[in-house]
Amino acid sequence: MKWVIFAEDIQHEDRQRVGGKGYALALLAKNGFQIPETVCISSDAYQEYVDCTGLRERIQLELHRKDFKEMRWEEIWDCATRIRNMLLRKQIPDSIANRLKAVIQSRFKDKPVAVRSSAPEEDTAKASFAGLHESYINISGLSAILEHILKVWASLWSDAALMYRQEIGLSVEKSTMAVVIQAIVPGDRSGVVFTQNPNEASQGVIESVYGLNQGLVDGTVEPDRWILDRKTHRIISHTPATRRYWMVPIKQGVQLNPLPESMSQMPPLNAQETQEVFSQACRAEDFFGAPQDVEWTYKDQSLVVLQSRPITTLSAGKTEDNRGWYLSLHRSFENLKSLRKKIEVELIPAMIAAAEGMAEIDLTVLSDKALAHEINQRWNINHKWVNVYWEDFIPFAHGVRLFGQAYNDVMHPEDTYEFVDLLTQTEMASLERNRMLEELANQVRNDPQLDKQLESENHSKLDQDFLADLETFIQKFGDLSCSVTGGTQCVQDAMPLFKILREMANHPISPPEKRKSNTSDSLKEKFLSHFDGAQQTQAAELLDLARASYQLRDDDNVYLGKIEAQLLTAIQEARQRIDKQMQTRGKEPISEDLKKVLDEFDHQPETLNPYQKQPGQSYEIKPRQLVGQPAGPGIARGKARVIQHHSHLAEFKSGEVLICDAVDPNMTFVVPLASAVVERRGGMLIHGAIIAREYGLPCVTGIPDATTLIKTGDEITVDGYLGIVTLSGTWLKGPGRDGDE
Amino acid sequence: MDKTQAIHQRLRKLFESQNLGVLATHHSGQPYASLVAFYATEDLRHLFFVTPKATRKFENLKADSRVALLVNSSTNQTVDFHRAVSVTVVGDATEVVGSKRQPILERYLKKHPHLEDFARSPSCALVRVSAKSYVMVQNFQNVMELHLNQ
Repeated sequence: MKWVIFAEDIQHEDRQRVGGKGYALALLAKNGFQIPETVCISSDAYQEYVDCTGLRERIQLELHRKDFKEMRWEEIWDCATRIRNMLLRKQIPDSIANRLKAVIQSRFKDKPVAVRSSAPEEDTAKASFAGLHESYINISGLSAILEHILKVWASLWSDAALMYRQEIGLSVEKSTMAVVIQAIVPGDRSGVVFTQNPNEASQGVIESVYGLNQGLVDGTVEPDRWILDRKTHRIISHTPATRRYWMVPIKQGVQLNPLPESMSQMPPLNAQETQEVFSQACRAEDFFGAPQDVEWTYKDQSLVVLQSRPITTLSAGKTEDNRGWYLSLHRSFENLKSLRKKIEVELIPAMIAAAEGMAEIDLTVLSDKALAHEINQRWNINHKWVNVYWEDFIPFAHGVRLFGQAYNDVMHPEDTYEFVDLLTQTEMASLERNRMLEELANQVRNDPQLDKQLESENHSKLDQDFLADLETFIQKFGDLSCSVTGGTQCVQDAMPLFKILREMANHPISPPEKRKSNTSDSLKEKFLSHFDGAQQTQAAELLDLARASYQLRDDDNVYLGKIEAQLLTAIQEARQRIDKQMQTRGKEPISEDLKKVLDEFDHQPETLNPYQKQPGQSYEIKPRQLVGQPAGPGIARGKARVIQHHSHLAEFKSGEVLICDAVDPNMTFVVPLASAVVERRGGMLIHGAIIAREYGLPCVTGIPDATTLIKTGDEITVDGYLGIVTLSGTWLKGPGRDGDE
Repeated sequence: MDKTQAIHQRLRKLFESQNLGVLATHHSGQPYASLVAFYATEDLRHLFFVTPKATRKFENLKADSRVALLVNSSTNQTVDFHRAVSVTVVGDATEVVGSKRQPILERYLKKHPHLEDFARSPSCALVRVSAKSYVMVQNFQNVMELHLNQ
């Protein structure tokens, strides 16, 4: 097995083991291009690593936990995060590390290097993994280089790479990774060149920035851009950038710095240099036989080629793949910071104002026609905010992920989600609601007469103080009968709030675990101690951003709920009017306007059990053990309470297991009563998982068809360590025998 | 194909492709496991195997007809953990005698032609397992059950 191959020794038959990037560099060197000193760690080394650490099958087990097609992006991210953490926690064994160290030491001594991914399936004309796997610039020291080799190996299993591989039909079992180690060329100007403009076949494009290429590639530094004629190499246009920053090497890694004033006035390339860059790239195109995307840098007036790969977006039939979308799921710290500002300063105040504006309208004085119009208006307002939710709030959740990765990279924790404990310090609206509920339940617990009054539905003699507290609660959070926060009277005759209060009064609940808040400070301290100087400030800022992101995961639904509640109130008013009109038996005509608008809102698709027994079918399928994602550690057994409609929540009994399609903050008031939480929607950072973790409950998410396969009353075991839900079966029990399965 | 049909088909394919299964019987409560070469009908209602009548398994199932049979697609490699499917059939075992024996034996030998001499020996019994339920494990820990109408 060849674990390490020098660029100059790479032969045609090594193409698979050195990957696309490594092989292209070797060809460039052989054809007279100046490339940085390069060594390839072949995919054989990766194979040896996963075999001798036992990770090969652990990774496959993680990937095959359930059908990939049934996994949401959040679950795939979780899966990728767990695999990444598995790798980072399994250091490269000495038997491999010592051989790698010897070569790296002899070749690079103490020089800083770039550690780049080079997957065998990467950079072929059929698929482009550009940006999906990771590369690290300016890494110094043997142990740091080895650690970054490990990170590049781990990036084989990044969420974006997993989704892309699935989309283009590449086997996850055969995936492997080579690594290219290059001496850093601290170029003063760098860039990329496309020998063919993806938008116009007769042109080529050069983009260039001052400093290292990293800023251009990740989009943080705006480049100057030249369009050239492919045949004549004549410059067609030059679009100068607002040159403000450049990426420079620091002790370990790179840093974005303001560009010195003197440089910001001059384009990074002169006319002669654009010609040199474009000619070199066209020469690469000639012997690779396809238009190329070439990264380059100038060091002391000398042009160095960093890598060259085919432009995949030009291939017929391949322009429609979703790589760009997968990449967009990850946002940079800078991007998230500006998104946070937008959300906090602009969007949330506007949402509150929208809800308040609607609340001020007295619906009872509107004519039927005006009420129908108002319902449509409210639907539009609600729709607008639902879109904002998807476009801005959901992407902002990536702040938690960005922090999670940074935390796991330095801490290598046993629990991949330890970082969540640092985020729970933030006050979530749903926890405040649950605390107020518990206080009301306390009053009921201490006053048996009050309990009886609530049970008998005789509310005329209720204690005034209790009523006042109740009113405060309802004004703030609604009466819990609606599927949205702030909604009231969704169910006319029911008393969901009273039922829940009585249940809570009769089954005292211990408050959310305080354990995490105690450990949070020390975790924060430990995390920050891994950085110093400016990097420590950045790490603290990232934590702050993640906390805001985490809080919004909960609060956004509360704000959205208040808007939906106004829509529901208007619908409720319309329903009451129609009921009243119907009671007059024709004396008062039924409003067609209202009837029409209500018909549009009343359609709800029914959820079906995919294993429902069909007529004539000679067998029946039943679930026994369902696998999802472990989202809250612990194990619990109890009777299932399946929530298919919000009104089912009022029936929730202490000790039951909450089974639902998707927990949102508007239904988490029953979580303190539950013994465990099971959710169809998957992910570790979804509301159900977050709130279950707050209360220390076992939680499993991502169980396909959970609400139809499991029935209310089923005895189930929730294993939050392994992400497994087991339905108790008595079907093997023979008559008169004790044995179960 | 819907999810129900997919499970039924997966079971059928497994029982077609595999030759051997592990039969569980018991003697006075002491479990006992043995390897048998089986043949399953397409509707998955019956499985058949041949055994000498003097064996422990035959003695056990004569005393208590309740049996289980484990069939799986593992290949004794690490990939089995995520790739293999394992199925436990639960049912009742009885010896096939009389006129039905011959046609079933012919179908059995079509799958296991190398067992010709063994299966036709007068000392061997042809045993039918009437299946009640199938318990299928895949993706390491995912378990679904198929219950046949009785």
